[in-house]
Amino acid sequence: MDYIRIIEEEQIKSNIPSFRPGDTVKVHVKIIEGTRERIQVFEGLVIKRKGDGLRETFTVRRVSNGVGVERTFPLHSPRIDKIEAVRKGIVRRAKLYYLRDRYGKAARIRERR
Amino acid sequence: MSKGILGKKIGMTQIFAEDGKVIPVTVVQAGPCLVLQKKTEASDGYNAIKVGFDEIRDSLSSKPELGQFKKAGVKTQRFVREFKTAEVGSYEVGQEIKADLFAVGDKVDVAGTSKGKGFAGMHKRHGGRRGPMGHGSKYHHRTGSMGAKGPARVFKGRNLPGRLGGERVTVQNLEIVRVDADKNIILVRGCVPGAKKSLLVLKDSVKAK
Repeated sequence: MDYIRIIEEEQIKSNIPSFRPGDTVKVHVKIIEGTRERIQVFEGLVIKRKGDGLRETFTVRRVSNGVGVERTFPLHSPRIDKIEAVRKGIVRRAKLYYLRDRYGKAARIRERR
Repeated sequence: MSKGILGKKIGMTQIFAEDGKVIPVTVVQAGPCLVLQKKTEASDGYNAIKVGFDEIRDSLSSKPELGQFKKAGVKTQRFVREFKTAEVGSYEVGQEIKADLFAVGDKVDVAGTSKGKGFAGMHKRHGGRRGPMGHGSKYHHRTGSMGAKGPARVFKGRNLPGRLGGERVTVQNLEIVRVDADKNIILVRGCVPGAKKSLLVLKDSVKAK
């Protein structure tokens, strides 16, 4: 067990800001185009965090051009440059799947201050 | 040429590749193995080295077993296995074989004893599919036809329920992802047979070019 913990701990990032479902985040993703590397920002609402330790993932939902887009990222992936917490929200669930059926006014989330 | 090492399964975890892809890996405590005896064509009729792995107290071994460790001048080992190799000459009795026998990128075959599943039904044991569970079906998890009426007996090899697991299984062509020579740890891509702490035999892959 011990060596597994060593392997996992050396890969875990320490600079991850605290955020939870209901928060809005900007995820800076490294994208490799041919030989060039650039950073793309994916902004949206965190609808879930799943797993723990090295295996933890989170899902970000945004509506672009009327189409809902969800991306799931491994939290400790080296392809994530950084995560910015933009806005904190008040929600009463850990998994915000109900937002998939709502749009516009009904999909609003109150801000936590 | 052909080389091998004994190891112990520690468990599984994952590793991020540089491009962000997740690689599932099995952590193997590989070695240190000690060479106990060299077998040659002249003395034994075939070329092989006998190695021991995992140090134990003398009281856990039997007297006949202790003799071979005494002869090689090494401490008592839990497991003793042979590796057939043409290069017997490159080994010395008492020499340690460590995890750096293999390098990152090498392909290995990993053999172990699979987890015992007990008495398993036909579907779990042979990969069959069950019948419908509803709609008046009375054919849920049954074995199915025993064969034609003509021979008036069941042919040997018919897929039937019985003991599953607990047998030697080899997984071929697994890539070595990382080698830690100091701690004698090898990370192998994918899963290997057996429970944690069980003995594994890592050998050069027969399929690798």
